[in-house]
Amino acid sequence: MVISGAREVAETVTDPELPMLTLAELGVLREVEVGQGGRVVVSITPTYTGCPAMDTMRDDLDARLREAGYSEVEIRVVLTPAWSTDWITPSGRRKLAEAGIAPPGPAPRRASGPVPLTLVPPAQLVRCPLCGSPDTVLQSEFSATACKALRRCRSCAEPFEHVKEI
Amino acid sequence: MFDNAYEALTEEGDARWAFGTGFADPLSGVDTTVPSGVDGAELAAYCLMLGDDALIMSHRLQEWCTRAPELEDEVAIANIGLDLLGQARLLLARAGKADGTDRGEDEFAFLRTEQAFRNVRLVEVGNADFAFSMARLLVFATWRLALLQRLVDSVDPVLAAIAAKGVKEVAYHRDYAARWVVRLGDGTELSHQRMQNGLTAVWPYVGELFTGHPVESRIGVDPAELRAEFDAVLAQVLTAATLQLPETPALATVLGRSGRDGVHTEEMGYLLAELQSVARAHPDATW
Repeated sequence: MVISGAREVAETVTDPELPMLTLAELGVLREVEVGQGGRVVVSITPTYTGCPAMDTMRDDLDARLREAGYSEVEIRVVLTPAWSTDWITPSGRRKLAEAGIAPPGPAPRRASGPVPLTLVPPAQLVRCPLCGSPDTVLQSEFSATACKALRRCRSCAEPFEHVKEI
Repeated sequence: MFDNAYEALTEEGDARWAFGTGFADPLSGVDTTVPSGVDGAELAAYCLMLGDDALIMSHRLQEWCTRAPELEDEVAIANIGLDLLGQARLLLARAGKADGTDRGEDEFAFLRTEQAFRNVRLVEVGNADFAFSMARLLVFATWRLALLQRLVDSVDPVLAAIAAKGVKEVAYHRDYAARWVVRLGDGTELSHQRMQNGLTAVWPYVGELFTGHPVESRIGVDPAELRAEFDAVLAQVLTAATLQLPETPALATVLGRSGRDGVHTEEMGYLLAELQSVARAHPDATW
């Protein structure tokens, strides 16, 4: 029994490491196709190549769709185009901020030619998601997951994570 | 879904665990047809070279876990190692599809002997100290970033896609290493000296990065093409770090053969003994 559209069902599945966000809001869910006989093909793309949550995402999507009555489900990984933080939806950005994680700014637009070296991290206006202050500093470009940087607020002194732009 | 955690753990055939073996094929659902006009065996050999570079470099970076100077660096180095492990998984899986054997990533990583590994010797050498590791990461990431940028236009769309993702990741790795090299080089007298020593100790492994193997120029990028960009980036970092470009001679080859031919340094055997110990003790086990 199919109780609701496959896309709607897939869009309810959340990210295992950012459970406040759905995979759709994160931009990881790329496509949901329903073929002949109700066969569902879902395409997902990894945020970072080494993202260890891909298997969990795949299994969660599969399980949710089967619970919803789809008996034939295939989850495909698509590698191109590479994931960008620009794909995080406005509601995803709002939920990140509500969870204390600063959402990303616009992803860098790289010109062709060699990637320039940045010896000094470029100054970036990132507001503290806890107190709203713009006075925050970068602690490390790597945090609890590959997709986040670690910052500290100089107003409320709290550390917080920031989804880094890629 | 379960009444208690124990029930969840003991459920048979459960593939929902994110951290463990028994991972699904990382190329699941990706079209891995070898493009026409491309020799599958050569493409596989090339993917093994780039995959082994990432795998072994990742292993050396993981050795810093619990030993890095600060918690932030512990996390940073682990993340860089994880990115490279992800690249290795895709590249090894690509090799198994390209050569028609359908061997999986685990078989390549855990069941090959030392002579079958095709990584450059730069990545296998032991960590010495933090300065050495940062000098190596700078050299490795600078070289690999230049390479991946060119592979974005590879004849193989799978390799091109892996490279396009890798460029974004390795750019962060290079910045991280470069900033440490500058911080230590342009730091105290002691940190300057140790950074210079680290760079000097890494230098014998640099030449091999640009001599390459005939397979590389046939199917991918001729590494000799990367030298100018590599030199320019290194010069920029070393100037800011007040360090001297080392003049240490290149490590000797064995009758012209080196890492790309399966000829490794003594430390490679010890590294693999550790990397492969669990898989060899429990063949075909998943948990």
